[in-house]
Amino acid sequence: MIEKDINSFEQLYKACNIANVSIYKLAQTREAYLSEKTENEVREIVKRSLEAMKDAIKSGLNSNELSLSGMCGADCERLQKRFQRKPALFGNTFEKITAYALATSEENLRMGKIVACPTAGSCGIVPSVLVAVGENFNISEYEQINALITAGEIGRIVSNKVALAGAVAGCQAECGVASAMSAGAVCQMLGGSNKQILNAVALALKNLLGLTCDPVCGLVEIPCVKRNPFLAIHAVTAAELALADIESKIPLDEIVDALEQTGKLMSPTLKESSQAGLAKTKTALELEKSLFKK
Amino acid sequence: MAQSSFIDIITPIMVGPSSSHTAGAVRLGLLARNVYDASPHKVTFRLYNSYAQTGFGHGTDKGLLAGVLGFAVDDKRIRHIFEQPEAKQIAYEFQYLEDFNRHPNAVDFIFEGDLNMFVAGDSVGAGEVVIRKINEFSVKFTGKFNTLLLVYRDVPGMISRVTKVIQEKNINIASLHCDRYAKGEEASMCICVDGELDEEILKLIEGIENLYLVRYVRKLEH
Repeated sequence: MIEKDINSFEQLYKACNIANVSIYKLAQTREAYLSEKTENEVREIVKRSLEAMKDAIKSGLNSNELSLSGMCGADCERLQKRFQRKPALFGNTFEKITAYALATSEENLRMGKIVACPTAGSCGIVPSVLVAVGENFNISEYEQINALITAGEIGRIVSNKVALAGAVAGCQAECGVASAMSAGAVCQMLGGSNKQILNAVALALKNLLGLTCDPVCGLVEIPCVKRNPFLAIHAVTAAELALADIESKIPLDEIVDALEQTGKLMSPTLKESSQAGLAKTKTALELEKSLFKK
Repeated sequence: MAQSSFIDIITPIMVGPSSSHTAGAVRLGLLARNVYDASPHKVTFRLYNSYAQTGFGHGTDKGLLAGVLGFAVDDKRIRHIFEQPEAKQIAYEFQYLEDFNRHPNAVDFIFEGDLNMFVAGDSVGAGEVVIRKINEFSVKFTGKFNTLLLVYRDVPGMISRVTKVIQEKNINIASLHCDRYAKGEEASMCICVDGELDEEILKLIEGIENLYLVRYVRKLEH
């Protein structure tokens, strides 16, 4: 019998220990029970999201079409060209993660098909890490699905306390949570224990507290698109540390509390309203003027 | 506490770039289409506030039209909706307004055709939407439940007659919202149910006297 009422990471960790299962297994059993589906049906839904992520990466890598505003859309092509000329300092997995994250985010702003995971603005982070590590370390599709379930369960528990929306808690709740979800997914794929997975999530999230949401012209473009590859790499840093058994001194649930409090204290002008920060810089105001002329 | 689902975190599959301004727009269009439930000659879209200001960059106009034409939130043709054959068969117009009494992401649909109808709704975040008004009646439904919409003459016993039919088929009502124009005149009822209302139940409900309009709006795929 598996515990169904799980609203905190501590509950999750304890329930996994009692049942002696991985996070993904507990999450998939719980989901099947609550939605009156079989575990295979649940995994089938997850597989559809995974496939849509891979399709978005593929389309994004092969396009340089600009967004509707014309502000972004050609950076993934630039990055790929550079890596063809000169390999990345940190090797092929780094190249793939950054390129896949840009590919997905650019696909999003040109109205391509993406998975909002957890949101559209942060849609490049989880897929880039999941697919790049999956490819380069021979992770089977079965195990990739396990990792995506792990990521989803992490996002779910955070969302029990804080809505994953820039308007509610800033970008820490969108790209920040996406990065934390990815850190957990990488640990899962590389054989990390439940403890290591949750530490990876804690380390990733802790280092993104306070990230604001100040999109230029109110569009999901600047700084959102380029923020995706940055926070994808951030997730890998967290996973590497956690796999070395480095622990977050502050427990994960308390970090989520801090995220919620930081979101509440954050000025509304920095929560998706484009009234401060990058959105009110001189250049942003000029961009706004030229856009509204169109 | 109500139990959340991790599936919500790793879905929906949608066309970008914004869950509220693109996917939400498509979903509002789909619900409005199902409420109108006929082929309009013309649709006028009134976009308010943030929808009006940032709609261009988010493809909100494209999403709204795509929804009214029945395209799903993950249909890649939405990017080029104005060039689709479906879009060429009806007339449409977009108006951009400011009204701070309305939600930041509010929209009106004005359908003209054999039947004229006004539908208004809001995109409330993360792709979730609410339909607030049909003609002069306030309603409230989100597309998360199958919903029965009724416009009828305000006479005593109407709610019990309708709910009796639903109850006799052992179907649970999740929420009920009523509004009226004035005593004895037109009124509206909006019933969200768990499960499905089949043809037979709808026939029985349509047979009730004093009903002007009956619509069964199916829940949206997530």
